[in-house]
Amino acid sequence: MELHILLIFMIAAAIVAIEVKDLLSSVIAVGAVGFALCLAFLVLKAPDLAITQLVVEILCLIILIRATINKDLPLVIEGRWIFNTFSTLGFIAVFLLFSWLALKELPGFGEPIMAVVKKYLQEGVSKTGSVNIVTAVILDFRAYDTLGEATVLFTAVIGIMAILRRPGRKKRE
Amino acid sequence: MIDNPKTGMTLIVKTITRLTVGLILLFGIYIILHGHVSPGGGFAGGVIVALSFVHLMLAFGKDVAAARISKNMASNLESIGAMMFLFVALLGFLGGSFFLNVLGKGSPFNLFSAGTIPLSNISIGIKVGVGLFAIFLALVILEKSSKKEP
Repeated sequence: MELHILLIFMIAAAIVAIEVKDLLSSVIAVGAVGFALCLAFLVLKAPDLAITQLVVEILCLIILIRATINKDLPLVIEGRWIFNTFSTLGFIAVFLLFSWLALKELPGFGEPIMAVVKKYLQEGVSKTGSVNIVTAVILDFRAYDTLGEATVLFTAVIGIMAILRRPGRKKRE
Repeated sequence: MIDNPKTGMTLIVKTITRLTVGLILLFGIYIILHGHVSPGGGFAGGVIVALSFVHLMLAFGKDVAAARISKNMASNLESIGAMMFLFVALLGFLGGSFFLNVLGKGSPFNLFSAGTIPLSNISIGIKVGVGLFAIFLALVILEKSSKKEP
């Protein structure tokens, strides 16, 4: 029940974020979607994800508000609104059709079909000694994936530092 | 530099920041170190550590936060975190395979337990915290230098 209220609130906030004219209001509506997602993770009993979602959302909001607080970019939509509306409705229909076809095959909520999940849950504490089963999975059983994720973040930081450094900007002028 | 009224936000924000920024940093370190006992872990704790420095920068201005961690030091710490995580991964070859948990398991619910998992958490925490702060620092420096252009 709480989950449905949160989902309806998230959809409403997302529509507000698209439709509102002011850029700062739109950013704040996106933040409302993120915090509602954090509450949804708490309702689904996933505190690890809730903590991560909360702190990453705060950092993204700070950066977005810092970037948009001095800019006033009103969105102008003129002409061709019939074509835009019909193409949007068509894509929504196609998306709903294919998502219905895909979601029909998923197992029920809380009933995993993979045997390896049961093995992790039963033997996680005895094999790794870690009480937090999420940490046991991401840093012991599936640590190779975490290495890839760490590499992605490292590459992103290197790319941003390389693009934004001062000598590279001076040469262009 | 820290008492300069020209830079940063108002006196109210600066006073509250002096009281809270240490607690936020301590909470991030707690989340990193207790990643295998309670919810959280290296990534979430690292983001909280980065948020404490972002908090400092928003309240006191760019120079105060950049004096704590400069851009070169941030790059070095980021590389040290990545190399530490890779070293923990290679430590598994002592037992025969990549990412094997070779250290002692200890007893559950203790801080010193779970073998190499706390070491991985600490290295990921250093890497994520310093990396995200470096991104924010680079964006602020970009904003500063783009204003000078005519």
